[in-house]
Amino acid sequence: MTIATVDFVPTELARGRGGGGPASTRTVVAYGFWIFLLSDFILFSGLFAAYAVLSGNTAGGPTGAELFNLRNVFIETMCLLFSSYTAGLGALSAERRQPGSFLIFSAFTFVLGAAFLVIEAREFARMVAEGAGPSHSGFLSAFFTLVGTHGVHVTSGLIFLVYMVAQVVAKGLRPHVLRRLLCFSLFWHALDIIWVGVFTLVYLMGAR
Amino acid sequence: MLGRLSWAAIPLDQPLPLYAMGVVGIVILVVLGIVTVKGWWPYLWREWITSVDHKRIGVMYVILGLVMLLRGYSDAIMMRTQQAIAVGDAQGYLPPDHYDQIFSAHGTIMIFFVAMPLVIGLMNFVVPLQLGVRDVAFPTLNSVSFWLTASGALLVNVSLVIGSFSRASWWGYPPLSELAFSPDEGVDYYLWPLQISGIGTLLTGVNFVTTILKLRAPGMLYFRMPVFCWTALAANMLIVAAFPVLTATFAMLLLDRYLVMHFFTNEAGGNQMMYANLFWAWGHPEVYILVLPAFGVFSEVAATFSGKGLFSYRSMVWATLGICILSFMVWLHHFFTMGAGADVNSVFGIMSSIIAVPTGAKVFNWLFTLFRGRIVFTTPVLFLIGFMITFVLGGLTGVLLAVPPVDFVLHNSAFLVAHFHHVIIGGVVFGALAGINYWFPKAFGFTLDERWGKASFWCWLIGFYLAFMPLYVLGLMGMTRRLQHIADPSWQPLLLVAELGAIVIFLGVLCQITQLYVSIRTREHRRDLTGDPWNGRTLEWATSSPPPAYNFAVLPRVETIDAFWNMKRIGLPPAEPTYQAIEMPRNSPIGFIIAFFAVITGFSLIWHIWWIVILGLLAAVVTVLVFGWSENREREIPASQIARMESARLGLGRPA
Repeated sequence: MTIATVDFVPTELARGRGGGGPASTRTVVAYGFWIFLLSDFILFSGLFAAYAVLSGNTAGGPTGAELFNLRNVFIETMCLLFSSYTAGLGALSAERRQPGSFLIFSAFTFVLGAAFLVIEAREFARMVAEGAGPSHSGFLSAFFTLVGTHGVHVTSGLIFLVYMVAQVVAKGLRPHVLRRLLCFSLFWHALDIIWVGVFTLVYLMGAR
Repeated sequence: MLGRLSWAAIPLDQPLPLYAMGVVGIVILVVLGIVTVKGWWPYLWREWITSVDHKRIGVMYVILGLVMLLRGYSDAIMMRTQQAIAVGDAQGYLPPDHYDQIFSAHGTIMIFFVAMPLVIGLMNFVVPLQLGVRDVAFPTLNSVSFWLTASGALLVNVSLVIGSFSRASWWGYPPLSELAFSPDEGVDYYLWPLQISGIGTLLTGVNFVTTILKLRAPGMLYFRMPVFCWTALAANMLIVAAFPVLTATFAMLLLDRYLVMHFFTNEAGGNQMMYANLFWAWGHPEVYILVLPAFGVFSEVAATFSGKGLFSYRSMVWATLGICILSFMVWLHHFFTMGAGADVNSVFGIMSSIIAVPTGAKVFNWLFTLFRGRIVFTTPVLFLIGFMITFVLGGLTGVLLAVPPVDFVLHNSAFLVAHFHHVIIGGVVFGALAGINYWFPKAFGFTLDERWGKASFWCWLIGFYLAFMPLYVLGLMGMTRRLQHIADPSWQPLLLVAELGAIVIFLGVLCQITQLYVSIRTREHRRDLTGDPWNGRTLEWATSSPPPAYNFAVLPRVETIDAFWNMKRIGLPPAEPTYQAIEMPRNSPIGFIIAFFAVITGFSLIWHIWWIVILGLLAAVVTVLVFGWSENREREIPASQIARMESARLGLGRPA
């Protein structure tokens, strides 16, 4: 991969102390998106904290151990993790200027992401049908909000993906399209990191 | 069709807000009429509303902050007057319901729509100039940020005529702010505008962290950045790290209110203290988001007007970063009375006191900067000196309140009210006013009148002491905050003094308006033709006043801290270097359009008009998608044009 060397300014001042002048657009966009993702992580940290505080407050209602189906969650998790893998392969194809394989990997990413959402939606629907909806207890409010916010992020990620595929088809892999694709990749992988937290804190620890 | 909205939402039974809004409405109509008659709309649209120039956006932020200061001040004087007259048998002129809305609106507006826009406005205007670059990292996003903030401000003011505002104070603690106890639209008028403007603020944070870390003139190492840029970096890192917590907290309260969830309710496993914890996990860093840039302004003012480099630049930077981190470790001191126990309270009490150490280091740095300097006593310097005295005293009462046993006695009292006004007016407001006086010539090309500026300083300083010293005493006498009626007549004399203080502060505001008027009238005599009216030290003074859209025709090369001072010392670069074409972002209406949909969506959310909510959200998303598709977002200014503009500028100003 040669992308990382584009920004290197070979001067005395550029060695890590930040004297090399303004960075390239690609660096600035990716860096800014990183900072944005950081803020998104902090948003989730608030929701995680709320879940940690309220997870025992079931108000006489069902607990996580009674509600969660780890087999489903495992399949769900695998869908999301593999979608990250295919998204990564898609990003590599885009960097190599191979729009055909980019589109194929993006299709896999979309299907896996959509499968994740379907499984999640079915879980939510089942719980609501069993009378364990978000307004039942503090625990369930926190559960639906934390997991649901992640789900909303995955949904926006899928819209983002379709939008990027459309841009690639219409405009080809031009520099500004590649920059936006880079942001999409960062976003999609960030959702994985959040999900690892959800899977551990909510499901693995909650199902006991 | 219109959700909960009906004619009953207009408070015909309370004439006061209606009269107020009538007057404001007439003023707005007159202004709009003048703009229309004079044919200024195309100019405003082209040069301001759709502008993505960080300087223009900065100016608009400051104007927004100053206009909202008038609104926040009217709330303040109404409360002061009520407390001064509603003593004993007298009931005053504000019924409790209305009074509760006023103190809630006062705090909300002053923090979110006065202090924040003033501070962010100064950062917008100054930071790229000081870094020696042409704009922020994401100029269009910057415009979106501004317009989202303005949308929030607009929605809060709509509550004056349509419906009512929150009665649950500026922090909206549950269970009072929950559906069970605040079933009407009041709390929603608090939550939705803050969510909307909060997104704007978060985007500002992302934008400025990226700008400061990734876009600096060649040679501008981290430890050559002006201190104001360091404080801006710290403040924006705090924004990125703190505002999402507020967004999440408000989202949970909104879910409680709209979807009957149980995050903070009394029943079904909700936990109110979780709200307090989350709110102040944002709220305490927020204090430093406001005051750190003010520290930055004072650092620049102290160095410039004493003709010396800042004393101990590095310790100033480390103190700033230290405060940045410590600000996340003290949130519990806002509710020592929660009952977390002696151990927890001790830890947070000690951490709170420790913040005074880096702050104290800063005060000594400013003092030693002034020491043996050739001080020019301009308005910003007066604010600096007034700030140092006032802020140290306010900080000391803060250290007092950081002692948990003392806090158990004084929490929720007028003493606390005095303390935080002491540091916010003495720190943030004085800092913003100093910054406005200091950078005004850079923004508009002429200096502000010193006589009226100094008069406004003295009114602010004296008014502040008159208004808030009595509150310390009243707090010690046992007066709690937010009283609509004063039962103990022995408090009245001090409350009258406080009322007088508020009036003196208003004289200060009048002096500022006069200062602006006089300065504009006499602007031909006070033109700043050099670009460097104060013999400045940092790069914003290296370009003309006002700077061209591209700030610097050729990016300056930075060799030292105080880069411009060094250039002047060793000789300015040749007057006519070879110019190259400059790429600048095009203007974009997207910020204004998104804000338009945000206002409509926010208003419909408040009134449960779901079909408009869906349409508004869809329209906003489509706007973003359409913008995201575009690619020709830059225009190029050809080198010949730049050469023309530069020779005109240099021929007018500096002797070549």
